[in-house]
Amino acid sequence: MYRLHVLLCAGTGCTSSKSPLVKEALIEELEKQNLQEEVCIVDTGCHGLCALGPIMIVYPEGIFYAQVKPEDISEIVSEHFLKGRPVTRLVYDETIQGDNITPLADTTFYGRQTRIALRNCGVINPESIDEYIGTGGYEALGQVLTKMTPESVIKEILDSGLRGRGGAGFPTGRKWSLAAANKSDQKYVCCNADEGDPGAFMDRSVLEGDPHVVLEAMAIAGYAIGANQGYIYVRAEYPIAVQRLNIAINQAREYGLLGKNIFNTKFDFDIELRLGAGAFVCGEETALMTSIEGKRGEPHPRPPFPALKGLFDKPTILNNVETFANIPRIIVKGAKWFQSMGTEKSKGTKVFALGGKVKNTGLVEIPMGTTLREIVEDIGGGIPNGKKFKAAQTGGPSGGCISIENYDVPIDYDNLIAIGSMMGSGGLIVMDEDNCMVDIAKFFLEFTVEESCGKCTPCRIGTKRMHEILTKITEGKATMEDLDKLEELCYYIRDNSLCGLGQTSPNPVLSTLRYFKDEYIEHVRDHKCRAGVCKALLNFKIDEEKCKGCTLCAKNCPVNCIEGSLKMPHKIDQSKCIKCGTCFDNCKFNAISRG
Amino acid sequence: MNTNAVTFDGTKEQEKELISFINTHKNDKGPLIMIMQKAQEIYGFLPIEVQKIISTEMNIPIEKVYGISTFYSQFTLVPKGQYKISVCLGTACYVKGAGKIFDELKKELQIDAGGCTSDKKFSLDSCRCVGACGLAPVFMINDEVYGRLNPNQVKDILNKYN
Repeated sequence: MYRLHVLLCAGTGCTSSKSPLVKEALIEELEKQNLQEEVCIVDTGCHGLCALGPIMIVYPEGIFYAQVKPEDISEIVSEHFLKGRPVTRLVYDETIQGDNITPLADTTFYGRQTRIALRNCGVINPESIDEYIGTGGYEALGQVLTKMTPESVIKEILDSGLRGRGGAGFPTGRKWSLAAANKSDQKYVCCNADEGDPGAFMDRSVLEGDPHVVLEAMAIAGYAIGANQGYIYVRAEYPIAVQRLNIAINQAREYGLLGKNIFNTKFDFDIELRLGAGAFVCGEETALMTSIEGKRGEPHPRPPFPALKGLFDKPTILNNVETFANIPRIIVKGAKWFQSMGTEKSKGTKVFALGGKVKNTGLVEIPMGTTLREIVEDIGGGIPNGKKFKAAQTGGPSGGCISIENYDVPIDYDNLIAIGSMMGSGGLIVMDEDNCMVDIAKFFLEFTVEESCGKCTPCRIGTKRMHEILTKITEGKATMEDLDKLEELCYYIRDNSLCGLGQTSPNPVLSTLRYFKDEYIEHVRDHKCRAGVCKALLNFKIDEEKCKGCTLCAKNCPVNCIEGSLKMPHKIDQSKCIKCGTCFDNCKFNAISRG
Repeated sequence: MNTNAVTFDGTKEQEKELISFINTHKNDKGPLIMIMQKAQEIYGFLPIEVQKIISTEMNIPIEKVYGISTFYSQFTLVPKGQYKISVCLGTACYVKGAGKIFDELKKELQIDAGGCTSDKKFSLDSCRCVGACGLAPVFMINDEVYGRLNPNQVKDILNKYN
């Protein structure tokens, strides 16, 4: 029996913050103090609060240590583990109330969350199938195989109202029933783990923190539609996820939960991993299947839909990781339970990757219908450095920017589309007054231009033209006519592209044009970028009154265009200035203006 | 992209390893990408000579192999440096100033995106989201992730590899 359990986050976020070194130091210290029999170290998946990594939670009390360094370990061990006095200086400050340490569930970051897809992330050791089973894992699969018909499984999922968490929000149960209805000697279940939206990492966290939930759900889907082979298409950029999936698949095979005659029934199911090779378009379902087939991942027109003719021309369903992560709980707790959460047309919860200009960056799982204000201000802890909220971007390159006027709209699939964005996979990037909305639109178009597969003209050439116009705007070379042309192009590309990538590529432009047109006009007419991002439109000037002549700007200027002697006001030679902003960043007296 | 300057110096052992992998997997379903990933792991890049081996052994036209190697960003036709730097230019990193980090790296290494230093030590690329958005802005040097960066740290980090 262990006296204490130490949960150490081994997700990508905390690993990048050097959690493995913390673990090494902990093992060493425990041995030194002869505590290895009393304290158990558990590697877990992501706790969500990546900004505070490396994260360490000590049970039974549940003390949450944040940003732990290897050199803090000996103090934690001798003070907390031996003497029972938590090291308050390292405890997450939101859990400290006076002299007491309060439960994590009472903090604003965790208190507002409802964890279904992330239920086990940060709680169990993802490399141990026993821990997954210990928290109710594979119970749903057992129930499905021994007590339910495929039809009743599909009905349960349909009744739950679960919609695809990958972006488009297609009802999962309907997808399954379409594939189930098609007769074939072979069908496939695919899992889309090619999480390509920049700024979204919930699928990675599920794979790293709870890989078995995906395997269990895929087997359930296989039973429901009559498939015995599954493929997980996972990004090669996620090495930890790939490694844990491999471990999980082997363990499940060993336990007879994958393979032949699962739960002593006639049902066989196995899963193979396929690694992506870096192409954003492969997140599109037809392109993903083409890529699994070992070809260039180009999409093709639908119909035929994959439910009829998908992978290797056989009926196939494709769901994303987060969608699958909801399935076992729905089976165990029932459709009614799942339906009780969320809004009228969007049931359950959604995981968001909160990033950008917000205090608590990380992963949050919240009921559908939570407002943006609650996410940013309460859960996210607001914008750092006293800056003002400007916009939140959802849906990645296919989505749009939400402005302050929609701060209080309940977030669900349909509301997001109504306000010009989309759910996407759940990246939510907060931007403040220092971000230029034209530049952000250009950033996304640059992405689409690079990732367009080139098969259809509107996307291949249209996005390039859009990017050119946006570049002209950010360089102050555009006319008001260009703005009209830009908008016209948006509609043309949206209506004529072959796949989702092209059809949604104008969204970042359309949504910023809708809510931030004044910024576009300022760029074009006044040659001004109010956020100070578009370099070509900037002018740096030194205020002679404020300049103390410290020479710091001149010393740091990469092109030596600042002149002036010590203790005398300096001057910038505008003809040589490359507008890098180094002087502005370095000045300690606020003497340099940018405008 | 200038591929003329690259000389291919693959060894017999490497070729043997690749061919044996191909023979084990060529009858799998849709194995080509997997085989090319293995080839890149063995050689570090996919020059035309390696693509020819794959084409011959699998009995498929070389344009199929070439088509795939130029479609996916993971495959490279030119060798990379000993230390591969990938700067994340995903949205979260971008809004937190990853562009400035990228510029600083270009300045320090005196190479452009996609380039490799003349001593083959560092190569520099941008990438799309490594999923460490909580630590933005980040870059990776081989498998090591550096997060919460500002441009002033770039020089010190590079010095660790010198």
